[in-house]
Amino acid sequence: MAPLISLRGVSKSYRRGGQIVPVLNGITLDVQRGDFLGLMGPSGSGKSTLLNLIAGIDKPDAGEIFVDGVDITRLGESELADWRAGSVGFVFQFYNLMPVLTAFENVELPLVLTSLSRSERRGHAEAALGLVGLADRMEHYPSELSGGQQQRVAIARAVVTDPKLIVADEPTGDLDRHSAEEILTLLDRLNIELGKTILMVTHDRRAADRAHAIMYLDKGELSSAGDIHERSVREARL
Amino acid sequence: MSSLKLILRNALRHKLRTGLTVVGLIVAVLAFGLLQTVVDAWYAGANSAAPNRLVTRNAISLVFPMPLHYREKIRAVPGVRGVAPFNWFGGYYQDPKNFFAQFAVDPLPFLAMYPEYHVAEDELRAFLRDRKGAIIGRKLADRYGFKIGDTIPLQGTIYPGVWTFTVRAIYHGADAKTDDSQMLFHWDYLNETMKQRSPRRGDQVGIFMVQIADPQRSAETGLAIDALFRNSLAETLTETEKAFQLGFVAMTEAIVVAIRIVSFVVIFVILAVMANTMAMTARERMPEYATLKALGFGPGYVARLVFGESLAIALGGAGLGVALTFPVAAWFGAELGQFFPVFEVSAGTVALQVACALGVGVVAALLPGRNAARVRIVEGLRAIG
Repeated sequence: MAPLISLRGVSKSYRRGGQIVPVLNGITLDVQRGDFLGLMGPSGSGKSTLLNLIAGIDKPDAGEIFVDGVDITRLGESELADWRAGSVGFVFQFYNLMPVLTAFENVELPLVLTSLSRSERRGHAEAALGLVGLADRMEHYPSELSGGQQQRVAIARAVVTDPKLIVADEPTGDLDRHSAEEILTLLDRLNIELGKTILMVTHDRRAADRAHAIMYLDKGELSSAGDIHERSVREARL
Repeated sequence: MSSLKLILRNALRHKLRTGLTVVGLIVAVLAFGLLQTVVDAWYAGANSAAPNRLVTRNAISLVFPMPLHYREKIRAVPGVRGVAPFNWFGGYYQDPKNFFAQFAVDPLPFLAMYPEYHVAEDELRAFLRDRKGAIIGRKLADRYGFKIGDTIPLQGTIYPGVWTFTVRAIYHGADAKTDDSQMLFHWDYLNETMKQRSPRRGDQVGIFMVQIADPQRSAETGLAIDALFRNSLAETLTETEKAFQLGFVAMTEAIVVAIRIVSFVVIFVILAVMANTMAMTARERMPEYATLKALGFGPGYVARLVFGESLAIALGGAGLGVALTFPVAAWFGAELGQFFPVFEVSAGTVALQVACALGVGVVAALLPGRNAARVRIVEGLRAIG
C-alpha cells in the first residue's frame, strides 16, 4: 500500500539578516497510513518546518511532497487552502482557538467551508465535541476552559472535517502533566479507533513515547528513524 | 456560525477601544453634518428662489436706489406679470443684537409672487387696512413672543428714527425651506414717512421684485428691462432671484469654502483614528488570521473579516451620529435663528454623512485588510506564545 505521506529530496532554507540559513537538507521520508509519528530534535532543527511543509502551510525550496497521492508542492495558494480544509487537521501548541467563539462554534468553524447544511454542521460539531469529552462545554468560550479542555476543543476542530492526516505541533507543550496525558491519550484514540495518521512534533520524550515511531531531526537532516516502539509492542501495551 | 456573527463579536471584543472609536465617529459625523447644514443654510435663499422671479437693481450697486417711476415702465415690458418695490429696512428691536430682516414691500403684488408665504385671509385684510401694519413670520413671532395686535418699535438705521408697527398677520412658510423669520410692512408707509422727514429720499426704491410669465424667457425679459434704462442716471441690472441671492453668497464665499474644508478635515481626522484602531486590531489578530488560513479559509475571507469589522464600527458611529444630528441641528437652528433663518438637515447631508462614514470604514481597513490577507501562515502562527 502506498504511503500516505512521501517526501523526496525536500529542502528548505530561510533568509536571516542577508544570510541563507539551511533548515532542511534533502529530506526523504515515507509515512504509512495510520502511523503515529513523533518528530524530535533540538530547537531550530527544522522539525516544525518539516511539519509545516507536510501540512501545506509552507513551501519547500526543492523536492516533492506527496500526501495521499497529491504533490502539494505543485498546488497554488487557493488549491492548497482547499486541500488543507479537507485533508489536514491542525493541533497547535497554544490551541489557536477563536476567543470570541464558543467551543461549539470553534469546532464548527472548518465546516463553514464545506457544503454541509446548518443542521449537518451542528451534528458533526456535536459529535466531535462528544468524542473529546466536551459535550457539556459546548457553549463555553475558550477563556472559560482549562488549557487541557481548550486543546481538546482544538482536537475536535482538527477531526471535525474527518481528515486523513492530523499534524500536532507541541500539542502538550503548554499543558501540565495530567492534561498532557489526557491529550496524548486522545491522540492515541484518534489514531487507533479512527485510523488517523498523526504527525507530532514534540520536545517531550514522554510524549514522543506515545508515538509508534520517532524520527530525529538535527541540523536539517533526519538522522535516524527511532523504531523504539513497534506498532505491535504498542498495541499490546494498550 | 455566520461570518457576520464573527465580525460583530470581533468588533465588540475590545469594548473600550471600539467605544472610544465609535464616540469619535459620532462626534465627527455630527460635526460634519452640522457644518454641511451651515453651508446649506448659506445657500437657503438661493435654493428657495423661484425661477419666475427677477430682481431689478441699480447697476452700480445695491446701495444706490432707483426712482419709483421705473415700476410702470417695468410693468409694461412684455412677459412681466407683476412688479413690487422692495426696500431693506435694516432696523433693530430694542437692542442692536435683536436683529431680524425687515422689508418694505408693496403687499399685493409681492404676496402674489410669493405663494410660499401663507397668510390667513382675515389677517391679510387687517394688514392691508392698517398703514402701519406688519406681517411677521411664524419663527420670528415665536422668537420674541409677538402676537397679533402687538406693537413692534424698531430703531431705524438706514431710515433714522423709531418706527412703530402693529402685527396684523403672521405668515407660515409652505415648507421647511421657506424663511419665516422676516417682517414685511407697507412700502407706502416707508415712502410717505421719508417724504416728510427727508423729501430727497422719497420715491426711491431699493430693488424691484419682478414676476414674469415664462421662466424660460427670464434672460430676454431681464435684458428688455435693462434696455429701458440704458444711459439713464440709474441704469439697472436685472437677474434671476437665484442669481441675486447667489451674489450675496459669493461675497462670503471664502467663509463657505473654509467651512467646507473644515468639515472634510474632521472626516480626515476620524479616518486617521479609525485607521489606527483597525491597524492595532489587525496586528493583534494576525495569529488568528493565520489560523483561519491554515484551516483553509482564503485571503479573501480574512480580508472580509477586517473590512466587515471596520464597516460595522463605522456604520455604528454613523448611525448614532446621524440620529443625533437632527436634535442638535434643531437646537442649533433655534439658538442661531437670526443668522440662519433656514437651518434644516437635508437628505443630501445625511447621505453625505453616511457616505463619508462608509468611506472611512473602507479606507481605514485597506492596509490592515491587505496585511491580514497576505499574512504568511507560518509567520502569523509564530507570533503566538
